[in-house]
Amino acid sequence: MERIVIAESNYRVRKARIVRIKGLTPIEKLFEIVLDGGRSLDHEPGQFIMVSLFGVGEAPISVASSPTMRDSFEICVRAVGRVTNALHKLQAGDEIGIRGPYGRGFPIRIFEGNDLLIIAGGLGIAPLRSLIQYVLDNRRDFGKAHLLLGCKTPQDILFADEIDQWRRRMDVQSECIVDRAEQDWTGPVGLITTLIPGVHLEPERTFAVVVGPPVMYKFVLKELLAKRIPEHQIILSFERHMKCGMGKCGRCQIQSLYTCQDGPAFRYSAVKHMSEAF
Amino acid sequence: MHEIQHHILPKEDFGDFIFRLAKIQSLVAPVRRGERNFAFEPVASGDEVSLRYLPTILPPKKYFFPQREVLLEFDTGRGLHAEPVGLAGPLTIFGVPTCDLAGIQCLNMVFSVRPRDHNYLIRKRKITIIGLECNVYCDEHASCTLVNANLPSGGYDLFFTDLGDSFIVHVNTQAGDDIIDATRHFRPAGERDLQALSALREGKRSLFRNEVAVDQRHIPALFAASFESPLWKDLDEQCLSCGSCTQVCPTCYCFDVRDELNLDMRTGVRCRVWDSCQTEPFAKVAGGENFRKSRRERQRHRYFRKFSYPVEKFSRFFCTGCGRCTRACMAGIRLKDTLSALVAQGGEGPWKG
Repeated sequence: MERIVIAESNYRVRKARIVRIKGLTPIEKLFEIVLDGGRSLDHEPGQFIMVSLFGVGEAPISVASSPTMRDSFEICVRAVGRVTNALHKLQAGDEIGIRGPYGRGFPIRIFEGNDLLIIAGGLGIAPLRSLIQYVLDNRRDFGKAHLLLGCKTPQDILFADEIDQWRRRMDVQSECIVDRAEQDWTGPVGLITTLIPGVHLEPERTFAVVVGPPVMYKFVLKELLAKRIPEHQIILSFERHMKCGMGKCGRCQIQSLYTCQDGPAFRYSAVKHMSEAF
Repeated sequence: MHEIQHHILPKEDFGDFIFRLAKIQSLVAPVRRGERNFAFEPVASGDEVSLRYLPTILPPKKYFFPQREVLLEFDTGRGLHAEPVGLAGPLTIFGVPTCDLAGIQCLNMVFSVRPRDHNYLIRKRKITIIGLECNVYCDEHASCTLVNANLPSGGYDLFFTDLGDSFIVHVNTQAGDDIIDATRHFRPAGERDLQALSALREGKRSLFRNEVAVDQRHIPALFAASFESPLWKDLDEQCLSCGSCTQVCPTCYCFDVRDELNLDMRTGVRCRVWDSCQTEPFAKVAGGENFRKSRRERQRHRYFRKFSYPVEKFSRFFCTGCGRCTRACMAGIRLKDTLSALVAQGGEGPWKG
């Protein structure tokens, strides 16, 4: 047996540098990353990358910034596993490895000209932020835009300053709700599902884009269907622990679908019969 | 390539053939390992090779897609230095049964589909495959006829069939032809040899009968109707989640990617190792959610990955009927029984012959 250098290997990682780290909550940080040589990541909103720390491993993480930001990109990382905890120990200037982008993101070309109802639960805001920023940067390509954001408590709100800006815009309807709060919270308290009936929308020209914890989907879907949004106009994005990102390792399989290649964004109509999806 | 497609190797020359074959490049073949176990291992002479054998503990998959394989070598002391690598070398595998040829064909499809897996494909290009026909069933656990893997259908360089006093050898590729030329013991097959081969194949038609009472054409529909079958609950109670079935399967290819850091805490490798969808953490995500938390769901997933999902994606079954999963199962889960039970419990449908 002979050792061969495989120049075309799909496991080759691209060098990247962390240029800025912003703490969002005690367990979530936002990393701004620049690829070696200043190259653009060239991703679509909703795609993910494999982030690599040699000696620790790789983890799939969704891109949290819009491709309209060309010189760098951002990822929002919750410290829950080996790689993400190690990432949280890094500082600006440190190098990391990147593979990707992978997967099918949100179908932005199909969204164009239509209204959007974007629903983010918890960390679901991370992939959706890439879409929200993209829509705001190309605002005239899209119809009405509603943002519904849900968190456990006000302290868990990610991107609070940006949410504030979105709320002040005239061309976006934005609401944020928390499960429970102290008295200084002036916004609504309750589940995100309670916000949906109050949204005025034209179902035939509305695309709903939903990302959140698995438990959220069932209840949100019920409300969206009650609003008569067609099943193929409801887009969901799923979290799975991909190891390769290339439709091989099997870790992200949802029945016959590979989340890494067929998703992570799916039309509800394509997955509604798949019990392993929810 | 010569026009002659079939050659004859007299049995008395088999030992010397293996000897010469092993001189050309590394050679592996089925070797006896205890009472009922066999394994593909390096051989240098004919008497080491088992010509009648049960499917080996591990299929020849291990040479195409090793249990542990280095993908990258890194050195964190040199910035983010990492080199993508692979290990490959010229190898001949002798004695691959038709079920395992089918298994390699399945893996070829998986790793050739874009994005291509170069580690696999580079290794595959350096491997010469010599098939060996099963004239009779290996044992009662085989179900090769159900999936049409009891007869050769390509995927080899040379294919050996035992005709009693000699082997008749089908040449399928230039690499196979080169072996015929280099090892010298062969003569072109004559009319009588070809007739003997036809007679043997004809005899196999009555000997090898569909092992499960379902027409393979109806299997996808049977599975489509069986996702909620109570049978999976039965398997839940039997299965120990040990992952043996997937470890020995010729078409399972799930893997984990992990880093191994050397004691210098600086250099190391990123490698991939076989993984199993039967283990509890396989479909778990970092937040703790597990998308196949019960053994019922995991066993169902295994069967659907053999008989349903790959039919959609690759238009073929990813079961080769080798019977390894049944032989390896400590809890006595038998593939043939599972399929029969699905037919029995599957309600009305075309599969009810």
